[in-house]
Amino acid sequence: MNKDLRKVLAFPYILWMIGFTIIPLSLIFIYGLTDRNGSFTLSNVLSIFAKDHFKALLLSIILSIVSTAICLVMAFPLALTLKSKKLNKGSLIVFIFILPMWMNFLLRTLAWLSLLEKNGIINTILNFLHLPSLNIINTPAAIILGMVYNYLPFMVLPIYNVLEKIDDNTINAARDLGANTMQTLTKVIIPLSIPGIVSGITMVFVPALTTFVISNILGGSKVLLIGNVIEQEFTKGSNWNLGSGLSLVMMIFILISMAFIAKYDKDGEGMSV
Amino acid sequence: MIYSKIRKVLGDFYLVFILIFLYAPIATLMILSFNASKSRNRWGGFTFDWYGELFKSATIMSAFRNTLVIAFLSALIATLIGTVAVIGINNMRKVPKTVVMAVNNIPMLNADIVTGISLMLGFIAFGISLGFKTILISHITFNIPYVILSVMPKLKQTERVTYEAALDLGATPIMAFFKVVFPDIFPGVISGFLLAFTMSLDDFIITHFTKGAGINTISTLVYSEVRRGIKPSLYALSTIIFATVLILLIVSNIAQNKIKKK
Amino acid sequence: MKRKFVSIMTLMSMLSVAVLSGCGKSDAGAKAGSAGELYVYNWGEYIDESVVEEFEKETGIKVVYDMFETNEEMYPVLEAGGVVYDVVCPSDYMIEKMIQNDMLAEIDFNNVPNIKNIDTKYMDMAKSFDPENKYAVPYTWGTVGILYNTSMVDDEITSWSDLWNPKYQGNILMQDSVRDAFMVGEKMLGYSMNTTDKAELEKVKEKLIEQKPLVQAYVIDQVRDKMIGGEAAIGVIYSGEMLYVQNEVANSGEDFELKYVIPKEGTNLWIDAWVIPKNAKNKENAEKWIDFLNRPEIAKKNFEYITYPTPNKAAFELLDKELQENTALFPTDDMLKNSEVFKYLGDEGDSLYNDLWKEVKGN
Repeated sequence: MNKDLRKVLAFPYILWMIGFTIIPLSLIFIYGLTDRNGSFTLSNVLSIFAKDHFKALLLSIILSIVSTAICLVMAFPLALTLKSKKLNKGSLIVFIFILPMWMNFLLRTLAWLSLLEKNGIINTILNFLHLPSLNIINTPAAIILGMVYNYLPFMVLPIYNVLEKIDDNTINAARDLGANTMQTLTKVIIPLSIPGIVSGITMVFVPALTTFVISNILGGSKVLLIGNVIEQEFTKGSNWNLGSGLSLVMMIFILISMAFIAKYDKDGEGMSV
Repeated sequence: MIYSKIRKVLGDFYLVFILIFLYAPIATLMILSFNASKSRNRWGGFTFDWYGELFKSATIMSAFRNTLVIAFLSALIATLIGTVAVIGINNMRKVPKTVVMAVNNIPMLNADIVTGISLMLGFIAFGISLGFKTILISHITFNIPYVILSVMPKLKQTERVTYEAALDLGATPIMAFFKVVFPDIFPGVISGFLLAFTMSLDDFIITHFTKGAGINTISTLVYSEVRRGIKPSLYALSTIIFATVLILLIVSNIAQNKIKKK
Repeated sequence: MKRKFVSIMTLMSMLSVAVLSGCGKSDAGAKAGSAGELYVYNWGEYIDESVVEEFEKETGIKVVYDMFETNEEMYPVLEAGGVVYDVVCPSDYMIEKMIQNDMLAEIDFNNVPNIKNIDTKYMDMAKSFDPENKYAVPYTWGTVGILYNTSMVDDEITSWSDLWNPKYQGNILMQDSVRDAFMVGEKMLGYSMNTTDKAELEKVKEKLIEQKPLVQAYVIDQVRDKMIGGEAAIGVIYSGEMLYVQNEVANSGEDFELKYVIPKEGTNLWIDAWVIPKNAKNKENAEKWIDFLNRPEIAKKNFEYITYPTPNKAAFELLDKELQENTALFPTDDMLKNSEVFKYLGDEGDSLYNDLWKEVKGN
């Protein structure tokens, strides 16, 4: 009796999730699988294979893979170094690295615009030093930079969390048994940090894959990513059916990453903050 | 010995490199906030004018207020719904529990653009006009899962036995909950609230799709200004936000060190 | 780490609560508007804010003001009905689309006596999209032309084809809105800018793709800042922005000038006009708004701020002679002989343009 009563406590939540998660998501399915007149069609979903959409998707995948890889390469040594500093848990240094996250996402991207512009700050400095100028604004390179900068903390945090939990004794034991630094890293530390790495990868990959903000601001609207296509179908093209159809395709990628997390990060170690 | 020294130097070097990478853009914003020239490319002398204008600009101040009100309310409501829900979910049988937790993951793992669009479609389908309340509902929606994920592990750690012992000793279930269970899960509740607060502060995409007429948060305001030509008072605002966080961080660090020494 | 996170965030949220409780009080007084509300949807930077304040003060109506950047962005918002606006300011072809889709209410001109101040020339021009002058009251008009930086461009710019000159690679700014971008290509190739001929449009698309490597960025309002900052040499811009950017450059002490030309092939002659959506909740307030904006002194004040040519004859007569004779701003009929007004091309035409534009962007 008592137990049933307590189950009731979940009802407001369940109602909320049905009303504001399940129903809205099913609307995407309804819009995505019908045409303007409301009859069933697969053409919205299949239009991902149309030349422009597929190109945009491919470019998005490439850019987000590259930026996820860069994030990983930058974040892992950073997390390792932070761990090796043997900082007490709430050290100021660790916080200094997460602090930029609290600047607004758009302000951070905007700052890069000012830095990278043709007459921007980096180029002003380079000119002053008589060095050749850096012309990456409005190119995919600028977008990758923006992605790495914005999503790097999502990679650092989970990896650091997992590394923190590795007992120093485990590492010392490996050393005592004759493993060199490299072996300790590849045989002990990396395998133990897989949950953190996997959740880091998904936490960077998904937003990078679907962004339209970074590509708009740093890409000068010259680079069309799949996120831009979807956003434009809703805000400019006024073809909601097509936009929903393409969103459905994006959900497939999200499902894949959910599956990855479920497989490698069973206890949600990396997800906790 | 030498190796480990080199490693340490390299490590420090790397830290500094990352620090520059992280802070260069922020420093840029700060410097621009004191630039008398409106242009981003030219230094027109030092000025505090933009700070004055910031507090005079009704648009920026109302966007700032909206951002805080929405972050606070959405975090608060999400924490209430979420904490209560965790207790309910914890008492469910295995299958419904798994289903609920899977649904709970959707807003967290789904791309923001999909969540935003789906909410917008939902509001329009049910004739809810877009505005403050739709932003608030959307923020609550993506905040609840974070609360649940923060509170759930704490509740699992609480001993059922203590709760039942309290009941045996004559406490009402409500009393037992507040005296025994709640103190245990409290840290999870607080960190859930704060996580939700941060997520809401930083959101742009979902707000972009669910906001209505004449209402802006800092994020949506910056987005339209970027495309229209940025007012330097926004740089001033970001400098203030950053300085506030930094000072709070330092103060709390000092305070904690003092507590530890005692 | 977690504890640290928690403590900081506690402090932050405590701070925000303090801010909130402080702000909440001041807010209550401002909200009271006895004469109701008015939801205005206008282009960004398209009104002198003090005009809005004056209107609020005089009528007691609370104005909720919102902005859009392109016609294409404005339309779905109105169509979806997620927000109900009372008065909107789209361009010619979009008004035609809205009339055809039965989205507009007829304006009761008894409530807008100041309509008499609008030059009949522009009321006639408006007939191209609102044949009986029932739905729309012109707010601004103008042309689209080329703005160039005299220190970066040596040639005399006369034609749209100058935007294809490889000399200016990376220094060209194009418009990021589908009809404006296609207009440039169409006029250059000598087509009508209202063509729906697939073969012609394919050729325009090819041209735009050919131009893409030369383009620095596709922008809308940003063209102003970029030209003022010397970021780009040559860009496509609305005539109404010209005075503003020229003044900014003159005041900044830079050693270049920005010149505006209407290309010889002709251009887009456009009108932005106030319309009232059918579902407007405050139609009478909307009419008061339109009437207020057409008072000569208000229209003049507004013109001086936004610098877009005004169709208001009474306001025009109040302007300095120098401005009245500025042909870049108020071109002679001769300068406009090849120019056209955009027409609505129907749903099919729209999606044809959209698809081709996507191809240009995605290339």
